[in-house]
Amino acid sequence: MISWKDKRDFWIMGAKIADPAGGKIKTGSVLVQKGMICEVAPQKTPETDLPVLDAGGLVLAPGFVDIHTHLREPGFEDKETIETGTAAAASGGYTSIMCMANTQPVVDDPSVVEYIRRRAEMSGRCRVYVAGAVTRGLAGEEITEFHHLKKAGAVALSDDGRFIVNSKVMRLALEYAKMIGLPVISHCEDPYLADDAQMNESYVSTRLGLRGAPAASEEIAIARDIRLAALTGGRLHIAHVSTAGGVDLVRKAKKTGIAVTAEASPHHLTLDETMLENYDRNFKVNPPLRGARDIAALRAGLKDGTIDCIATDHAPHTEIDKQVEFNYAPSGMTGLQTAFAQLNTELVEKGEMELVELLRLLSTAPASVIGIPGGRLEPGLPADLVLLDPKEEWVFERSMVRSRSYNTPLIGKKFTGRVHGVFLEGKWYSDVS
Amino acid sequence: MQFNQKHLLGLEDLTEGQITQILDTADNFKEVLGRKIKKVPALRGVTIANVFYEPSTRTKMSFELAEKRLSADIINFSKATSSVKKGETLRDTLENIKAMKVDIVVMRHESSGAHRFASEFLDCSIVNAGDGQHAHPTQGLLDMMTLRERWGTLRGKKVTIIGDIMHSRVARSNIWGLTKMGVEVTVCGPPTMMPVEVAKLGEGGVKLEYDLRKAISGADAINILRIQLERQKSKLFPSMREYFEVFGVSCDVLKSAPEGCLVLHPGPMNRGVEIAQEVADGDQSVILPQVANGVAVRMAVLFLIAGGTVEGDELN
Repeated sequence: MISWKDKRDFWIMGAKIADPAGGKIKTGSVLVQKGMICEVAPQKTPETDLPVLDAGGLVLAPGFVDIHTHLREPGFEDKETIETGTAAAASGGYTSIMCMANTQPVVDDPSVVEYIRRRAEMSGRCRVYVAGAVTRGLAGEEITEFHHLKKAGAVALSDDGRFIVNSKVMRLALEYAKMIGLPVISHCEDPYLADDAQMNESYVSTRLGLRGAPAASEEIAIARDIRLAALTGGRLHIAHVSTAGGVDLVRKAKKTGIAVTAEASPHHLTLDETMLENYDRNFKVNPPLRGARDIAALRAGLKDGTIDCIATDHAPHTEIDKQVEFNYAPSGMTGLQTAFAQLNTELVEKGEMELVELLRLLSTAPASVIGIPGGRLEPGLPADLVLLDPKEEWVFERSMVRSRSYNTPLIGKKFTGRVHGVFLEGKWYSDVS
Repeated sequence: MQFNQKHLLGLEDLTEGQITQILDTADNFKEVLGRKIKKVPALRGVTIANVFYEPSTRTKMSFELAEKRLSADIINFSKATSSVKKGETLRDTLENIKAMKVDIVVMRHESSGAHRFASEFLDCSIVNAGDGQHAHPTQGLLDMMTLRERWGTLRGKKVTIIGDIMHSRVARSNIWGLTKMGVEVTVCGPPTMMPVEVAKLGEGGVKLEYDLRKAISGADAINILRIQLERQKSKLFPSMREYFEVFGVSCDVLKSAPEGCLVLHPGPMNRGVEIAQEVADGDQSVILPQVANGVAVRMAVLFLIAGGTVEGDELN
């Protein structure tokens, strides 16, 4: 519907402009010049020689920010590349993403940070921020050169995919990162309790004969890291909280003033363990899908601020990877393209959350958790914006997948709420014709 | 009456009526097995592939014999001698078998859900000969057949399953099958070998009792599971002697059960570990009749899956 490719100076008119930080959505116009937001005007029809884009009442919001993406490049380009991963991101309304360090080589050296940033500049469809590894080779033994990683452009530290089992190493990481000024992101999972786990431990795992990870495997890890954050004063962020007990621990820690933040993924907020019934590998994720009680607790956590933001844990795997027996399939599902639609359908449309709050949890909140730009729609900032229709019904078809991988159980799913495209520094990208 | 199931993946999917139909058909086939000429032409022209990813003696032989008794054409595949060693995936192996135009695949696999996965891309019937820790439906059926032929009916009886319930597909299939047939099931074993919320398993659930003597005190039959020796390595119980002391079924322990309580074991047995020699070979043991019934039950399953009806003249 919009043919505004590459027109960098223009007015966007007749949009419902969302200001997630202020919690409001108001009709208005936005002037974009040289890729920057120059003016945000309420209700006026601008008198101007510049091109005018009629947004037709769609919602214009700050572009989404994902702080938990697996781009897989370098090393696993068969699963995803920076080009395809960022294309999926843009298609899902994201203008900034942060990629995880479990590539090959691991992002434990400044050269890898530089490589990813250079590749992102060449082929990225959105901004790419890089998380460096906490420990060399993600082995959980020695901390990496936080200073050098930061200098090369890393904005956070994460051994995502692995828990740092050695408490002393985690203590050192939190202490040292405090000086460098980077948050340490923890993948909280006691690997002994979750040994060879295929799913959540519950009646469902008992029935299916699959080994389960008890909620305690996550809770124990969260509890330890909270104690270490208290001990060190380091800045801790808990990735993909999935259990009711985990939410509780974070809530209590925040009450006592410990510097901890937490994220939840769209799938943990909307899908539950019973969906594994037919051993569909696309529902196999780590942490695993949990029970209804956990979903309710995560949603309550979003509501009271215990869970700070939503992060996708977009984890592409090839069909070859997933076309195997359940216990041999790798964990993970893609999420960048469907996060907004899925959450809008399940939370906003069902009256559990206001649209503007969802937009905040997808943009302003994650940006501030890591301390990266984004999530604001104000004059003087880059025009990183998303245009979406919160009421449009559509079906996510296989042909729409922009990721290199198809490992999502949401193909064929009907959603309410659709991203029409993003402006990245004023440049329009759209998948909707 | 047509048997309306394309596959046999687990007893959880079957109704009481369908289970009864299989058991009735098996009783008929048992009569055939008592004849001088033990072969019927029921599955002539039907091709069956026996695909065994896990070692098996009893189940594999039993299926093969059942297939031969039904005059089916059979091909065998086992992991040790196949391209699996060259890195072929399950999917590719099965796609190749499919390309050879097989009518029924009988499969055993170490992964729970492997058969469900196979059903995503195979168009032939699939019979589960054991998947991981999930299900072993023909074992459940042959156990029920053995009990039913002694009792006349299963409804209202009490069966106690003893041992490593967590890792046992035999336990799960017994629980689903027996509870659907109106049997009261009790499970007994070390808590470290009980899956979480085990009491919810089956139609209407099961009873959980850690004390062996209490668990069998009202039992009409006990089903003693094989203790897998590799479990001992992961230290789910402290030692063999402690296991036998607490959960081993000796003659003395068996005295806690009512007189005439039947003893089942799916085999292979660890004599002197989960079951004492005298119990395994004693009067109450129906362990060898179980094996004999295994062939009849598998004939029934294959016959019904292939679309046969008992009213027909296939048995002659």
